[in-house]
Amino acid sequence: MTKAELVEKVSDKVDGLTKKQTEVIINTIFDSIKDSLAIGDKIEIRGFGSFKIRSRKQREGRNPKTGSPVSVPSKKVPFFKAGKELKELVDNK
Amino acid sequence: MTKADIVSEVYEKVGLSKKEATDIVETVLDTIKDTLKGGETVKIAGFGNFVIREKGSRKGRNPKTGENIEITPRKVVTFKPSMIFKDFVDKGKEETA
Repeated sequence: MTKAELVEKVSDKVDGLTKKQTEVIINTIFDSIKDSLAIGDKIEIRGFGSFKIRSRKQREGRNPKTGSPVSVPSKKVPFFKAGKELKELVDNK
Repeated sequence: MTKADIVSEVYEKVGLSKKEATDIVETVLDTIKDTLKGGETVKIAGFGNFVIREKGSRKGRNPKTGENIEITPRKVVTFKPSMIFKDFVDKGKEETA
């Protein structure tokens, strides 16, 4: 499912909601998660999961083409952890 | 940040009641959950992909008793952030897409 399909489904489910409005809302949801993580705040969505920042340490890597060692700088990466409800839903046994 | 904060952002952005904003945010999350439940990937451009991965069985250990146990095969949700999201978080780069 793509974002366009998500927009389609949500606007079909909610009475009186246009596709355009739905798109703005969906963009707002994901942008607010991104903005929040960018300032170092974590996001916890009950029943869905949480988004956090994980720090990766600086490490020694290699240029795969030449084999010469290079230093890979430390960085921050977004990390998602599924919540209990989502975990159980997906692993429907 | 919690779901309530996300609802507030949505509420401020579009001319809807708090109740409507709450319902729509719930609908968005439920739709994503239902899709993942069916084993389908959810791709959000500029954000990332939620992917179902099937994990085979593996050996584990009960950390309390030290007893060897078999960890059953299972499906898990993983999230792969998009390049845009990664850059945004790492360097605070403005999103251009």
